[in-house]
Amino acid sequence: VFAERTNLAGVRHILLVLSGKGGVGKSTISTELALALRSAGKRVGILDVDLCGPSIPRMLRVQDSAVHQCDSGWVPVFVGQDKAIALMSIGFLLERLDDAVVWRGPKKNALIKQFVTDVAWGDLDFLIVDTPPGTSDEHISIVEALRPYQLLGAILVTTPQ
Amino acid sequence: AEAAELRARLRAVRHTVLVLSGKGGVGKSTFSALLAHGLAADESKQVALLDIDICGPSIPKIMGLEGEQVHQSGSGWSPVYVEENLGVMSVGFLLSSPDDAVIWRGPKKNGLIKQFLRDVDWGEVDYLIVDTPPGTSDEHLSIVQYLSATHIDGAVIITTPQEVSLQDVRKEINFCRKVKLPIIGVVENMSGFVCPKCKNESQIFPPTTGGAEKMCQNLNVSLLGKVPLDPQIGKSCDRGQSFLAEAPESPATLSYRNIIQRIQEYCEQHHFQEEKIM
Repeated sequence: VFAERTNLAGVRHILLVLSGKGGVGKSTISTELALALRSAGKRVGILDVDLCGPSIPRMLRVQDSAVHQCDSGWVPVFVGQDKAIALMSIGFLLERLDDAVVWRGPKKNALIKQFVTDVAWGDLDFLIVDTPPGTSDEHISIVEALRPYQLLGAILVTTPQ
Repeated sequence: AEAAELRARLRAVRHTVLVLSGKGGVGKSTFSALLAHGLAADESKQVALLDIDICGPSIPKIMGLEGEQVHQSGSGWSPVYVEENLGVMSVGFLLSSPDDAVIWRGPKKNGLIKQFLRDVDWGEVDYLIVDTPPGTSDEHLSIVQYLSATHIDGAVIITTPQEVSLQDVRKEINFCRKVKLPIIGVVENMSGFVCPKCKNESQIFPPTTGGAEKMCQNLNVSLLGKVPLDPQIGKSCDRGQSFLAEAPESPATLSYRNIIQRIQEYCEQHHFQEEKIM
């Protein structure tokens, strides 16, 4: 029996960035956190599960990138000054940047599961997961899919009002 | 039979406007509330505000109706009335505590939206305004599908000037085109800030790629107006007061009023054209 090394086996900690409210700065914080951790010498990845409004690619100037496949799945796009932050987002799977992803829950859930199991993250100290606003399909699915792994916890973002 | 039920319930609704974005936190609920207040200022008009943001219903707080409950009557659910001619319905009224999280998957959310449309006794309505959550998913597909039983005058799309917002809003515009939902126009919120002390104007969210104006030109949609940032807006929302009534002299109020008028004109013209055809 071969013990399959999962794609998340090399990830030490997973951080969820959540809100409930939209437009408070989840993606901004996710990006800055990733860059700061990288500056501190950590190996970092970002998983953007905001399927309807993926903001991370533009924030890291890779909105025109595409992803490639390898034996263990999708190869993330490497970003940041030293191209050492691994990023996966639905933004990379869209044919045109303005294409709306008009999917109902079940289809979103399937892709989120795939993002968790089929991205070749490699060895990371931190995987930061950026989420869309709300408490719905994406949130239920990402927590369910990540439950077997080392979920460090959630950071909640808000504004004062 | 279901479609017939919805058609019957919505038969007495003259105009329906959807308020959409794609991006969160740009002011959809704020705008929906002010549109409702603005239209209801004419006491001869009956206005209904439906909040289908099931995970994050902001309308109860913004309309000063937190803690209100929904009542059942023989003819269905009663909306909560802010004024005699302004009724509101939101999932917020169904929660026992405002902090209760509604952690539902798509199908359950769709079910509630259908119930709102089928079971709420709106009566005769001149304007039905529907506030939506950010995105292009279940709620949006469902509302367009269920409202096809009546007709939707169009969508008002809200954005802020920055590219990170416009990026999502372009997707929303494409969604509208995909589902053949007419676009009344785009509103750019948080468009500049004028300091009340020194009167200097700052771009808090700089339009690095030309803002809503450029996007509207490129995509051939109407720019209904730009609304500047005014700290009083957020305050009024938190306190459940109408910003238009609290700050009648604010440049933001003037912008909102112009935009509301343009929407009204669009709806009236639309109706007139339909009547002509008939």
